[in-house]
Amino acid sequence: MARHRGRGMAAINYPIGMNLGGDPSQALVHSNPSGKFTVALSSIDLGQGMKSVTRQICAETLGVPVEDVYVDTADSDTGPHCMGSFASRGTHRVGNAVMAAAKEARGVMMEAAAEELEVNASDLETDGRGNIHVKGAPHRSISVKDVAIAAQFRQGKTISGRGIFLVPLSDVDPETGEMSPATCYAHACLVAEVEVDDETGEVGVIRMDSAYELGRALNPRLVEQQLVGGAWMGMSHALYETTEPYYPDPKQGPRDFVEYLMPGPGDICPHDIAVLERPAPDGPFGGKGPGEMCANPVLPAIANAIFNAVGVRIDELPITPEKVLRAIKAQGGARPQTRR
Amino acid sequence: MLELRKDIFADERDDNLNEVGKGTQRQDMLGHVTGTSTYFNDHKLQGMLHVRVVRSTQSHARLRRIDTSEAERSEGVRRVIRGADVPRNLNTLLSLINFGKDDEPTLAVDKVRYRGEPIVAVVAETLRAAAEAAAKVRVDYESLPSVFDVEEALKPGAPTVNETYPKNTFTYHERYDHQKLRFGDVERGFAGADHVLEQRYQMSPIEHAPVETNGSIAAPDTNGRYVVYTSTQALFFSLDTCAKILDLPSNTFHFIGGTVGGGFGGKVDTLTEPLAILAAMLTGRPVRYVLGREEEMQFGPPRGAERIYIKDGVMRDGRIVARQIRGYFDSGAYTRLSSYAVVKCAAHLPGPYTIPNVHGDIYCVFTNRTPATAMRGFGITGMDFALECQMDKLAHLIGMDPMEFRILNAYRDGDMKAHRREAKNTALIECVQVAAEKAKWPIREEFRRMSSRKDGGGARAAVPSTPREPAQPRSAPAQQRTSYDRGLSMPPQPDPPPQAPAPSPGHGATRFSSVFGTRRR
Repeated sequence: MARHRGRGMAAINYPIGMNLGGDPSQALVHSNPSGKFTVALSSIDLGQGMKSVTRQICAETLGVPVEDVYVDTADSDTGPHCMGSFASRGTHRVGNAVMAAAKEARGVMMEAAAEELEVNASDLETDGRGNIHVKGAPHRSISVKDVAIAAQFRQGKTISGRGIFLVPLSDVDPETGEMSPATCYAHACLVAEVEVDDETGEVGVIRMDSAYELGRALNPRLVEQQLVGGAWMGMSHALYETTEPYYPDPKQGPRDFVEYLMPGPGDICPHDIAVLERPAPDGPFGGKGPGEMCANPVLPAIANAIFNAVGVRIDELPITPEKVLRAIKAQGGARPQTRR
Repeated sequence: MLELRKDIFADERDDNLNEVGKGTQRQDMLGHVTGTSTYFNDHKLQGMLHVRVVRSTQSHARLRRIDTSEAERSEGVRRVIRGADVPRNLNTLLSLINFGKDDEPTLAVDKVRYRGEPIVAVVAETLRAAAEAAAKVRVDYESLPSVFDVEEALKPGAPTVNETYPKNTFTYHERYDHQKLRFGDVERGFAGADHVLEQRYQMSPIEHAPVETNGSIAAPDTNGRYVVYTSTQALFFSLDTCAKILDLPSNTFHFIGGTVGGGFGGKVDTLTEPLAILAAMLTGRPVRYVLGREEEMQFGPPRGAERIYIKDGVMRDGRIVARQIRGYFDSGAYTRLSSYAVVKCAAHLPGPYTIPNVHGDIYCVFTNRTPATAMRGFGITGMDFALECQMDKLAHLIGMDPMEFRILNAYRDGDMKAHRREAKNTALIECVQVAAEKAKWPIREEFRRMSSRKDGGGARAAVPSTPREPAQPRSAPAQQRTSYDRGLSMPPQPDPPPQAPAPSPGHGATRFSSVFGTRRR
């Protein structure tokens, strides 16, 4: 009786957004008279960071500091329409809508600044710190705050913008399945190392190494949060979770977190991640979205690592100790494969 | 822990940005770490009532009689709601985007199709009073045979789960019981392959397991409106679904949400909002309807099970020449969103690889279990498990390193994908190369030099000749049109034929199919 180590890998891609019914989201951006901006959305922040990433996109597009932008979301009386937070669509679809709204608002802001400085708007640029100045002449400058006051009280301009991003409905050919399901794809490859106990059938995940390509990482810390959490979810899906342990027999369903197994803190393993950024041509600053796909490569990588460790293929999820042990017994013991 | 490989694809990016690309702290971080972020369930309203739903104890049964008299007399009960009280009891979520037929009641009236299906909602002063009254509702069931296996459900003579789809499959393009993908000729591919490998994969259902269970609080507001605090993942999707079910203009509702305690796809189904609002309308009081943990785990929708068969033809040099896939999505008793996942899955085939012959048949199947719904990786996660286990087996079969096998078959810029669109902006090869490097997994120099941006297109850009199968004529009635379609131009319609007045809806007597199930364009 022994514990056997093995390594397995998997590679995947993932479509960004949904392909049926059309996929729109809207955003509104406006400034108050102090030059502070509000983004109004109806999109949902599930904890993934929707508010934060759209805030950065808005600040970058306006050319103002991120602290001067606040994202207000999910009030149907004030936020314009959004399909919802699913299908890895938030960063790409909502981000693009916010970018379009911020561009329009920036246009008004620059016109108002031009009027105050008595120059052409095309000769102006933002410094990203809350000021607008003449290109090549930083001393001919006005603060965004002063522009906002002037626009509101002297010029009668609204520094505001509307944005929508729509991926139109794609027809699906009934005979061939020809369709345009997505406009861009994220990619990943993950290596999992496991240890399999041939006496109990238990599988422990020792470490993971991965590379994810997500378009531009608009906020690397939010990306890290998604990838680390998503890999944990994938590991849980691979080895622990099910509401029907003997599917398709519906009996024995768990009712709470005592009966529904998930890995605890002691089961989490080190995970080294590399992020590659191949910008999506139609993404906001090239962003795609790490939302859903980060869990996907973990499942097959673990299954393949188990084969490498003990020579059994478990093709039914979750890969419980019972299934591993039965398979090891059926082949007359562990058969470790070539170490990788 | 996280390393940004700025050196790769650097020529495609302008990294001269102020705010984008920075690891700025989250806007909502302070609220989250100090426990002051407001979730829907933090709204404790004066005079708030509570909903408890009576759920079916049977997987499949006719409802002979529902006796709520004792429950109605129970202490603290303000209202008992039945299917006949719901203005438009029958709905399907994707009717908002004109996909599928209304097939699911808010409260069951004539039949239950899964264990845990809501039959009656009790509204009471406290959750305890609601639970005690719910236990006093007597339901007289006539058991029907159930089916739990996706392939059993497709056999002739299998029990019909959902009369809207009598053959237990969703209807695609008004004629097929599955979504097809056809690219090239797999039979010719198999005939010329050095090895053919066919395997079966199975994924059981799993729970989203959010810390915050599904729920909402609805309250009468001024001027005849209702405010709704909700955990939804899709604010307007839920709002418009409620407007349809309650048959009211959408601006009757003021939905507030946006801070959610975990979703992962499990908070799109609008499980609680219609009954919470209806209860608020019927009682004039604020109403809270939140799923308990057991309800969330067993009767809240899971990620549905999938069964997948993959048959591959591969050459000794590692090239995959044909891939045939048959997949069954277990939708449970109702469609919810599984119909959409099937199409997404078909588009995903054959995975991120350039394979000249691909054949896919993906089914959305109805069984007598809790309806499935979206979950992180919807339509893809189960298929990726199957595809990548299969890839490992193929590499093993021909004695090739699995990393090199992926790189060899990876799609590249300019290749034609099986759904007949050109591959662009690809990066699978680079991901494999970097993961191998990180894991110190040796791959040969020629594979380290390959690139997503080189050697794609050309002959790989062609759509191969694909044998045509006899096309079936449309048979099913036209799909319904609903709220999001109203702006589309439609041909003038003749006046509808006069209809007999609907029978007065006695409790349990409304047959949904005669009222809502047959809307025409």
